Amino acid sequence: MSHVKVELKPEQVTKIKEICKSFNNNPGELINVLHQTQGAFGYLPAEVQEVVAAELGIPVAKVYGVVTFYSFFTMLPKGKHPISVCTGTACYVRGAEKVLDEFKRILEVKVGESTPDGKFSLNCLRCVGACGLAPVVLVGDKVYGRVSPDGVKDILNEYAD
Amino acid sequence: METVKLTIDNKQIEVPKGTTIYKAAKGMGIDIPVLCYMDLHDLGVENKPAGCRICVVEVEGRRNLAPSCSTACMEGMVVKTHTPRVINARRTVMELILSDHPKDCLTCPKSGHCDLQDMAVRLGIRNIPGQEYAEMSTYKKDFSPAIIRDVDKCIMCRRCETMCNQVQTVGALSAVNRGFTAVVAPAFEQDLEKSPCTFCGQCVAVCPTGALTEVDHTAKVIRAIADPTKTVLVQTAPAVRAALGEEFGMKPGTLVTGKMAAALRKIGFDYVFDTDFAADLTIMEEGTELLDRLTRHLNGDKSVKLPILTSCCPAWVNFFEHSFTDMLDVPSSAKSPQQMFGSIAKSYFADKLGKKRDELVVVSVMPCLAKKYECQRDEFKVDGNPDVDYSISTRELAHLIKEFNINFAELPDEDFDRPLGESTGAAVIFGATGGVIEAAVRTAYEVQTGKKLEKIDFTELRGMEGIRTATIDFNGLPINIGIAHGLGNARKLLEQVRSGKANFHAIEVMACPGGCIGGGGQPLHHGDSSIIKARMEAIYREDAGKEIRKSHENPYIQQLYEEFLGKPMSETAHHLLHTHYFNRKKDVYIK
Repeated sequence: MSHVKVELKPEQVTKIKEICKSFNNNPGELINVLHQTQGAFGYLPAEVQEVVAAELGIPVAKVYGVVTFYSFFTMLPKGKHPISVCTGTACYVRGAEKVLDEFKRILEVKVGESTPDGKFSLNCLRCVGACGLAPVVLVGDKVYGRVSPDGVKDILNEYAD
Repeated sequence: METVKLTIDNKQIEVPKGTTIYKAAKGMGIDIPVLCYMDLHDLGVENKPAGCRICVVEVEGRRNLAPSCSTACMEGMVVKTHTPRVINARRTVMELILSDHPKDCLTCPKSGHCDLQDMAVRLGIRNIPGQEYAEMSTYKKDFSPAIIRDVDKCIMCRRCETMCNQVQTVGALSAVNRGFTAVVAPAFEQDLEKSPCTFCGQCVAVCPTGALTEVDHTAKVIRAIADPTKTVLVQTAPAVRAALGEEFGMKPGTLVTGKMAAALRKIGFDYVFDTDFAADLTIMEEGTELLDRLTRHLNGDKSVKLPILTSCCPAWVNFFEHSFTDMLDVPSSAKSPQQMFGSIAKSYFADKLGKKRDELVVVSVMPCLAKKYECQRDEFKVDGNPDVDYSISTRELAHLIKEFNINFAELPDEDFDRPLGESTGAAVIFGATGGVIEAAVRTAYEVQTGKKLEKIDFTELRGMEGIRTATIDFNGLPINIGIAHGLGNARKLLEQVRSGKANFHAIEVMACPGGCIGGGGQPLHHGDSSIIKARMEAIYREDAGKEIRKSHENPYIQQLYEEFLGKPMSETAHHLLHTHYFNRKKDVYIK
């Protein structure tokens, strides 16, 4: 998993410690701790995982193991406008991969990454329950249906502020 | 005890409730194949992730096949271990494992000792369907100074993870990612050298494939021996002589001290010396340091640190440098026997030969992989020239002997060279857990009390239990001793010391279960811990057969002090035989 380097501020370390403490620093609560920590920070960089490991008294390799096992967890920050391309079965058979490729081409990022200016991040997800609109793309909370590779540019232009 | 009755392969059996099908079958002489499963019974270690599914059996009335390693026997169960369905399933499982495994067996460092290879033979695999188009998972190789990780060969048995986390509590390795990209790796998939790894090598000792192997130094040793400008010295650790024979088909526990010395001479080492000599020297320094701290403590000196911790084991040193950074002044400052040997060889012995230190090459044969890391540490170099140039494992020595066309079994028994080859029984027992502290007690008792020991064997300090304690009577002065082997046990003992709950004067720690005899560089035990026990018996047998059994009575040690060092902990001794420790804790691995 690729990652970014951050320097945690003292209040951020305190925040992580508080979350751990709210679960009694119990290693068995690792997933819940990570869930809340990601909620607070938006993502789980290595430095955050190290604090969690130290607080729960477990090896940081274990924490990393859990973070990389569950697709919900991410070590990369989300962009200002997070883009999610549905690659569930229905969207996939109706050309989601070509749509995804077009996003990758225009934004020059891989899945899971953000653009250098932090404006867009690109991710895949599996089914938003709008299969009738396949292929589906989400930007933030806004849903775009029947997206074709040609339409990708138009979607991005909506955010050209 | 509650029991259950069941039928396995048409035979009735009654076993204690909770027994697995695998173990019940084993008790009846039915040898169900296992791959990921590992039971190191004498060490209380069991790895059963039920991941590989090689051990499946058919249970009447059950829809799918059951993994026998982790399925408990139930009343009235009818189990079949070799039906066509079972055999088919095993072969399919094996073919799937092999479909994502490199096919470079001919040149793999594990060839001939590989559990996966053996299993392919046993299951009669002759073909790997789909291998022309099957995708292979690939991963970067990781070269540390001691251990090589080639994760492409990993079959995710998780044995290394069990050793690293449960037994050693080092926590360097964990399963990361998922599905096809899953691997066992350090945090953030950094290299081992950037992880808390102690290079104890227990992961290598249990790896069933070539995924984890040692860094091979034999080629460098061969070149050094062939170089006419170099004088090449070899030293062999105590535990090597109790295990090397296994590599030549001898029974575990066969002592091959004499044959080993003969083989090393045939290979062409100019001087065949013994790390045991340096072990005796370690006792002189460490024992004196213990008595010094003890005397100061008894005289009311509050600044003195007790207990003294042994410092012979390089993986243990790496461990406390990472995990007990607040206690770096507690361990003995004595270097390990390997490094003491190198230091004396390249000063005292080089002077005797009239040679410069860079004209000498010191090779060590060790049961250990952490020794490879230790000998390249900067503090053990003088102007860039290391005290010990190359450290090879017991397995690498066996390779060398074979490569030099030596018929090991038929070698005569030969002796080590003098002066650095003479040793006592006290030095030999360094190879087993409890041995260093027993050797120290033999000397410290006589020095402290001025009396001769009536009974040399301190059986209360021996054994396989993970943590042992004993109180030894020093002529009215009770000395409390703690012993731990396996880093997890060491951690427990150290935490007691840190919190002030334990009251020890001296603690011996060995990183590997059983001590050096169970080291990461020894012949592979393939999950049979009775082999480690047999080596332990051999070590004590060697000690009992020695004429001199106390380090301070070694005449060549006495001569070394007279001619060169003065007395233990003298200025020269401090300079050459003692070291200091570093804080290796890294908070942020990503740089």
